[in-house]
Amino acid sequence: MWDYLKLALLAVIALLAAIAANYARDLAYLVNALTIMLVAGGLFLWILRRTDEPKPAATEIGYMDGVIRYGVIATAAWGVVGFLAGTFIAFQLAFPQLNFEWAQGYLNFGRLRPLHTSAVIFAFGGNALIATSFYVVQRTSAARLWGGNLAWFVFWGYQLVIVLAATGYLLGATQSKEYAEPEWYVDWWLTIVWVAYLAVFLGTLIKRKEPHIYVANWFYLSFIVTIAMLHVVNNLSIPVSIFGSKSVQVFAGVQDAMTQWWYGHNAVGFFLTAGFLGMMYYFVPKQAERPVFSYKLSIVHFWALIFLYIWAGPHHLHYTALPDWASTLGMVFSVVLWMPSWGGMINGLMTLSGAWDKLRTDPIIRMMVVSVGFYGMSTFEGPMMSIRAVNSLSHYTDWTIGHVHSGALGWNGMITFGALYFLVPKLWNRERLYSLSMVSWHFWLATIGIVLYAASMWVTGIMEGLMWREVDSQGFLVNAFADTVGAKFPMYVVRALGGVLFIAGALIMCVNLWKTVTSTPAKAAAPVAAPAE
Amino acid sequence: METYSILRQFADSWMLLFLMLFFIGVTLYTLRPGSKEQHRDSANIPFRHEDKPACADGAEHEEARK
Repeated sequence: MWDYLKLALLAVIALLAAIAANYARDLAYLVNALTIMLVAGGLFLWILRRTDEPKPAATEIGYMDGVIRYGVIATAAWGVVGFLAGTFIAFQLAFPQLNFEWAQGYLNFGRLRPLHTSAVIFAFGGNALIATSFYVVQRTSAARLWGGNLAWFVFWGYQLVIVLAATGYLLGATQSKEYAEPEWYVDWWLTIVWVAYLAVFLGTLIKRKEPHIYVANWFYLSFIVTIAMLHVVNNLSIPVSIFGSKSVQVFAGVQDAMTQWWYGHNAVGFFLTAGFLGMMYYFVPKQAERPVFSYKLSIVHFWALIFLYIWAGPHHLHYTALPDWASTLGMVFSVVLWMPSWGGMINGLMTLSGAWDKLRTDPIIRMMVVSVGFYGMSTFEGPMMSIRAVNSLSHYTDWTIGHVHSGALGWNGMITFGALYFLVPKLWNRERLYSLSMVSWHFWLATIGIVLYAASMWVTGIMEGLMWREVDSQGFLVNAFADTVGAKFPMYVVRALGGVLFIAGALIMCVNLWKTVTSTPAKAAAPVAAPAE
Repeated sequence: METYSILRQFADSWMLLFLMLFFIGVTLYTLRPGSKEQHRDSANIPFRHEDKPACADGAEHEEARK
C-alpha cells in the first residue's frame, strides 16, 4: 500500500517538474526542474520494480551503518571536488587567463567561488556531520537509528540539495547571500530534509538506553536545531515567479545585512564549530582510548559556547550602516567567546594527557591534535579580528580568507580526516587501515599546505590593508586598488601551491581508504563471551 | 509603544536576567560537589556499546566496560 502511495507521489512530482521545466523562465531553473524530473522518474522505476515483490525479513537489530558508509564515501568524494574547485579558483586569482573565454559566465571565478565554498562547507562538512552524527548518536545512545529508512531519505535528499545548488550556481541562480546562495526552491527542499534529519536524531535520542545524553550529542543537536532556525529566517524570500529561480528578500537594507551575518557567523558557530566539536568529543577519546579530560568542562564549554556564539554576527558589519551599539555588542561577545573556545581546545588536547606517546606512533591522533590546535589558533585569531581597530585593517583583505581557511582546512578538515580514518575500518569491518605511512604522508602534506596557505594570506592581507590606507603628505591615497592586486601575485601563487599540497593529501587519503575496504583482511570475529577483567 | 520597543525592552531586562541566571545555574549545577562519580560514568559512554545496541536487560553493560 505504502509503495503505491510513493509511486503516485513520485509520478506527480515528475509531472510537475516536467511542467515547470516547460515553463522555465531561466536556464538554471530549467536544469534544476529537469534534474528533479529525472530523479523522481528514476525513483519511480526503482520502486515500481520492487512493488509486490516479497520483502526480505526486516533486520531491525544492530546499528544502522549502511547509510553511514554512504555518508563516508560522499564526504571523501565531495571533499575532493570542493578542494579541487578551491585550488582551481586560487590559480584563477593568480593567473586570470584561467577564466577561459569559452567558459565565460559559467566557469569564471564569480561562478566557481560559491561552488567551492558550498562544496567544502555543506557537501564535505555537511556529509561528514550527518554521517558522524548518525554513527555517534547510535553508539552513545546504545540504540539503533530511529525512523527506519528516514535516514536514507536524509542522506539522498541532502545530496539532491547539493546537486541542485551546484548546478544552479554555475548557471547563475543565486540569491547573493554568502553561504546561503541557493534559491528559494532549494531552500524549501533543504528545510524538509533538515526536519527529517532532526526527527531521526531526536528519535534516536528519545529511545536511548543510556540514561545520560553524551556531550557529543548535545553539540550535534544544537547544530541541527540552530541551523534549522538560521536557515529559515535568513532565507525568507518571495519568488518572483514559481517558474523562475529569482526571488526577492523580505528584509531590506541593513536589516537584511544583519540577518545575513547573524546567519553567516552562526553557520560558522554551529555548523563548523558546534557540529565538529561533537565529532571531537567522540573521536578524540575513542582514538586516544581514554575518556575526555574533564566532563564537567565539556558541559560548561557547551553552554558557554551556545550562549555566546549567537551574538557574534555583527562583527562582520563594522563601519557600516549598522548602529554602533550593535557592532560593539558583536565585538564584545566575540572576544568573550575566546574563553569557551579555548576551554574546549584544552579539553580536547588534555584528553591525551598520560598518552602523549601515541602522538609518535599514531598519525591519526596526530591529525586530531593538530586539528584541535588549529581550532585554538583560529578561535584566538577570530576574536582579535573582530575588534574594531583590528578589523579596520583586516576587513575586506585576504587576512579574512586566511583566517577562514586555517579554521576550515585545519580544524574542520583535519578532524574530519581523522574521523574518516577511524570510521572506515570499523564500518567495513577491517582489521586496520591499509597503510599508516600514507596517513603520515597525508598529515604532512595537509599541514604544510595549510601553513603555506595561512602564512601567505597573512602577509598579503596585512600588506593589502596597509596599502589601502597609505596616504601621502597631502592626504591623498598613495595606491590604486590595482597596485595591491599586482603586489599580491607571489603570495597568490604560494596560496595556490598550498592548495595543491592539501588536495594531494586528500587524494592519498581516498586511495588509502579505498584499499582499506578492498584489500585489507577482514577483522576476525571476536570471541563470543569475553570474560570481564 | 510599538512592537520593537516592547520586545527590545523585554529582551534587555527580564530575558537577559533569565538567560544569565540559567547559565550560572547550569554552571553551578555542573560543578556541584559529589557530581564527580556521575560525570566519570558519563565520560565513559563512548566505550560501552561499540558494536551493538544495549540489550533490554542491560546484561552486557558491565562486561563491555571491563
